Amino acid sequence: MKRTWLVAAIGAFAAMPAFAANTITIGMTVSQTGSLNVDSVSQLRGSELWRDEVNAAGGIKAGGKRYQVKFVSYDDQSQGGRVQQLYTRLIVQDHSQFLFSPYSSGLVATAAVISEQYGKVMLIGGGAEGKTYELGNKYLFQCITPADQYLSGAIAELKEHDPHAKVAIVYSDDPFSKAVVAAAREQAKAAGFSVVLDESYPPTNTDFGPLINKIISSGADAFLGGGHYPDGATLARQLHDQKAGMKWVSILVAPDSEKFKTLGDAALGITVPSQWEPQVKYQPQFGPTIAQFTAQFRAKFKEDPDYHAASGYVVGLLLQHAIEQARSIDPEKVTAELNKIDTTTFFGRNKFATDAGHHGLQVAHQMVLAQWQAKGGQLDKEMVWPDAAATAKVLYPLP
Amino acid sequence: MIGLLASLLDGILVGAVYGLAAMGITLIWGVMDVINLTHGAMIVAGMFGVYLLVGTLGVPVYATLPIVLVGGFLAGVALYWIAVHRVIGQPPLMSLLSTFSVNLVLIGLGTAVWGTVLFNVPVSLPGLSLGRYTFPGTHLMAAALTGVIGGVLYLFLYRTRTGKAVRAVSGNREAAELVGIPTRRVLALAFGLGVALACVSGMLIATLFPFTVLSGDAYQLKSFVVTVLGGLGNPAGALAAGIALGLLEGLATPFMPVSWTLVIEFVLFVVVLVAFPGGVLGLRRARAH
Repeated sequence: MKRTWLVAAIGAFAAMPAFAANTITIGMTVSQTGSLNVDSVSQLRGSELWRDEVNAAGGIKAGGKRYQVKFVSYDDQSQGGRVQQLYTRLIVQDHSQFLFSPYSSGLVATAAVISEQYGKVMLIGGGAEGKTYELGNKYLFQCITPADQYLSGAIAELKEHDPHAKVAIVYSDDPFSKAVVAAAREQAKAAGFSVVLDESYPPTNTDFGPLINKIISSGADAFLGGGHYPDGATLARQLHDQKAGMKWVSILVAPDSEKFKTLGDAALGITVPSQWEPQVKYQPQFGPTIAQFTAQFRAKFKEDPDYHAASGYVVGLLLQHAIEQARSIDPEKVTAELNKIDTTTFFGRNKFATDAGHHGLQVAHQMVLAQWQAKGGQLDKEMVWPDAAATAKVLYPLP
Repeated sequence: MIGLLASLLDGILVGAVYGLAAMGITLIWGVMDVINLTHGAMIVAGMFGVYLLVGTLGVPVYATLPIVLVGGFLAGVALYWIAVHRVIGQPPLMSLLSTFSVNLVLIGLGTAVWGTVLFNVPVSLPGLSLGRYTFPGTHLMAAALTGVIGGVLYLFLYRTRTGKAVRAVSGNREAAELVGIPTRRVLALAFGLGVALACVSGMLIATLFPFTVLSGDAYQLKSFVVTVLGGLGNPAGALAAGIALGLLEGLATPFMPVSWTLVIEFVLFVVVLVAFPGGVLGLRRARAH
């Protein structure tokens, strides 16, 4: 009897390396708690959908083998300090072969220090600030449009309706929002707008009343800014409650979430720069179609995917593509394939800068502009820019 | 000029609600020398109370106030017996740790159930316009209700036998016991009242701004500033200090970036702690022990 157990144990032990060899471990942190929870969890859901579909289809094929995908993730509590510890743990203790980024520019910048130290490939699904890619990193790949282009669509569309708009730029004092606004400020001036108020607020701000009075005093008729979900939604509600009289409002990130419509009338007319919407019309070269992704996401999570979910999926899809093209999971070979990528998926076109000064920066993906509009008594998000992709005429001025 | 006036008025309206929140923390401190670190969680409980009552049972928004008040009181009394009673009279760190632990548990539970998604209570009341500036009806209502609650609390503390017992325990617990006041029950009652005030302030804040499970932290911090300004253990001072803090925010914002408001508030916090340890608006009563 003893001998049987011994043989079984040795057999199981012998089988372990073979199993491990056919598994790819991908490490990441997720803001399960803290202020970034909404968007970060959405990003994770997209990645989970990708993982489950890949595994159900037999895994990633490379060099005659099929690799099942295994995720190791921890809650970073929306804090940079946790990200630093946890990415080290993901690499050293959990032996992650590849990494997905946390959500938000600040956390990505922290994680990037660790991933580069250990030479790990990290795909970025939610970290738009461009500065991280100017530091000579070799293994970072940004799959979303950089921050400096976030408000380009809003400014272009606003210019069509009011070439001399008086703009209030009010934004959260965090790395992402500052990067967005730094570019938007110049774009607004170049478009001929007057920037009548330019001010940041603490990311933890809860009452925008005094700031909105300041916007009214400035004589602004258009609003650009915001930050992440809690502050953006509060801003929208208070702009409405205080009848700020804006003809145009573009708020970052928050209005992209389906939950934004719980603001009711305060959501009507608010525009949001978006990395992706279910109404986009890309023809994917591989991976699911837009309709397939949307339907599969709805079936799994019982809600519509937002752009964070789509970016969460696409980081997996691009890694899978690179591994399959490399026919290997060797990080250097996969990196070489990622450097070569110029492809279109359901998420749009992706291509990474390969020059040393900007390596990994996204150079091909395009953003769209969405707006909350009333449709049959219900609030619905429509694409209003670029014109070629628009699903509805823009609502201007705001009601 | 109208802009400044609007900003000041807005500051007063919101400041009154800060004052209400701080009244809860200062009442508990005054009666039992406990800094209640569940305060933020209880503000959030009030926010979710109104959200759930309106969303699931269809209770009119302002009709939830008495329900939240009673619910908060009962929760506070329960909390007192579970986490506070045993540490009364112990070094202050014990009650800090005890209430902080409960706070972590409550916030953890809330995050597990609701995440940190933003919630919004849909409420619309006609506002008041001053030129291009509008004071939302919800702000006016919240300030008015704060005034009413403050008045009722005053009447309770100064005109009822039970209220006088609370004040007696606050003044000198041993002497109160000697004259037959059941101090344990009074302490539980005071803790319940403090928590009820936190919950009601949360309920009113939820009518002004969207909120998350984590929103309580910001209001708890403000409550500390207000409590120190108004004098530890002085509910009337807390209400006045809340309004003063709102006025300060309203006055500062038109002239400087809004990011500086927090800096000014906390500089003021430190200055008051150093220069007026009894609070600007109240003197710390003498303690028997």
